[in-house]
Amino acid sequence: MVNSKIKVENLNIYYSDREAVRNLNIEIAENEILGIIGPSNSGKTSFLKTLNRLNDLQDGFRYDGKILLDGKDVYKEIDIQLLRKRVGIVFALPLPLPLSIFDNIAYGPKMHGMKNKAKLVQIVEKSLTAAALFDEVKDRLHTSAFKLSGGQQQRLCIARTLAVEPEVILYDEPCSGLDPISTAKVEDAMRALKKDYTQILVTNNVKQSARVSDKTAFFLMGEMVELSETAQLFTTPKDKRTEDYITGRFG
Amino acid sequence: MRNTQRTEKIAFSLLFLATLIVVAPVVLILLVIIVNGIQAVSLEFIFGMPRDGMRAGGIFPAIVGTVYLMLGTAFFSIPFGIMAAIYLNEYAERNKLTRAIELAIVNLAGVPSIVYGLFGLSLFVNFLGFGVSLLAGSLTLSIMTLPVIITATREALSTVPKSFREASLSLGASKWQTIRHIVLPNAIPGILTGTILGLSRAAGETAPILFTVAAFYLPRLPVSVYDQAMTLPYHIYVLSTQVPNVSPKIQYGTILVLVGMIFILNIIASVIRAKFRSRKTW
Repeated sequence: MVNSKIKVENLNIYYSDREAVRNLNIEIAENEILGIIGPSNSGKTSFLKTLNRLNDLQDGFRYDGKILLDGKDVYKEIDIQLLRKRVGIVFALPLPLPLSIFDNIAYGPKMHGMKNKAKLVQIVEKSLTAAALFDEVKDRLHTSAFKLSGGQQQRLCIARTLAVEPEVILYDEPCSGLDPISTAKVEDAMRALKKDYTQILVTNNVKQSARVSDKTAFFLMGEMVELSETAQLFTTPKDKRTEDYITGRFG
Repeated sequence: MRNTQRTEKIAFSLLFLATLIVVAPVVLILLVIIVNGIQAVSLEFIFGMPRDGMRAGGIFPAIVGTVYLMLGTAFFSIPFGIMAAIYLNEYAERNKLTRAIELAIVNLAGVPSIVYGLFGLSLFVNFLGFGVSLLAGSLTLSIMTLPVIITATREALSTVPKSFREASLSLGASKWQTIRHIVLPNAIPGILTGTILGLSRAAGETAPILFTVAAFYLPRLPVSVYDQAMTLPYHIYVLSTQVPNVSPKIQYGTILVLVGMIFILNIIASVIRAKFRSRKTW
């Protein structure tokens, strides 16, 4: 077994009195792509947003258990801003900032204290290239990010996340609003990023997890029912409920 | 079928009539002021000193006094109002204390203006010893304007989508960085518009300045914040009730100048709003 990048022990997540995730134990290896599938309200996004503490913004959020990033507790031993720099997220809907394409990418590094203009240009170029967007936008870097198409915006968001040089990238149903061609481009980007990053992909699209992830976890009503190698989960699932879900019998 | 058409017509006529009735007084007031006042307004009227016990000459000191008072009010109310609004909207936890503060602000907006005047008299003029002065008047008007500025700023902040904040925070930006670089730039037009409208309302107030700054007549312009000042609203009051035999022309002319100044402020607010809206990309 390779080093585990993220280790979750006995995690429970609550919103006020509602339990969203129950007794979750999971380990995610470095450079792995973990797919998380499951119906709505199964706790996938709650889990994801706890990993970089975005859930802190949610009223009534509570948790117990432990989340370790490289062996350090993300709630107790890592500064929150640094944690969010190390664990980036790409949201379901593309959410560009109301800035130009260039400034969207440069925003993160600038906020972390980068002032060198030439270096920023370099970062922007590198990040856009890694997200397979550079060629499409290189002539209009200083126009508003909102002028891009949905698929381009989503790749811009990936590039923006890459620009702060994270170690882990979380995706929260990143392709839910995209057409198949844009989806394929985003998936290509994920595969290409695999050599440098650990990635967690929450998706409503079962086939997407089959296409890109190394391991797949199936969540149901706040519990992780099954975690297996992707090939195994989709061919010979251990649990009856997993089989029902992936064959479309419910959910 | 014919019945629905008839009710449609009646409803339309009633609603249109109601709108007309609402607009009519405003138009009438403006017409009366303009028709009666326009002859009095001249360069000499605007830039001249009053003569013959204010029955002739210009109203320059009152214009200057009102402008100074507005600058003073802006100086105190804008920074505090905006900072308080940012705190309440972005930082404060939703608890009983916050709700109490919000309730207090709403109620502050409903306090009659004469109460502000008396409050200013006892706190700034007497207790703090500023005397009847531009300083005391500006502070009094500031307190009156604060709720307007706070409410307008909070509304402007709330129109910035939550998703922008989330995206910024998710990149590891701090809360203040998010406010400074993402929220504020997008809220500025709303903040400016609300602030200018709040100030323009303060410009026309009489009661709060009655005991705190307004002078009946001054032969010279104010030179320090501790000086009294003539102001347009109070000057109008003086001309119409305290000085016998003032020609209505001068009264209407003074009113026209005050209304004109407020009108200009409102136009500026609209222009700012329109300009930023055309630049908005989301």
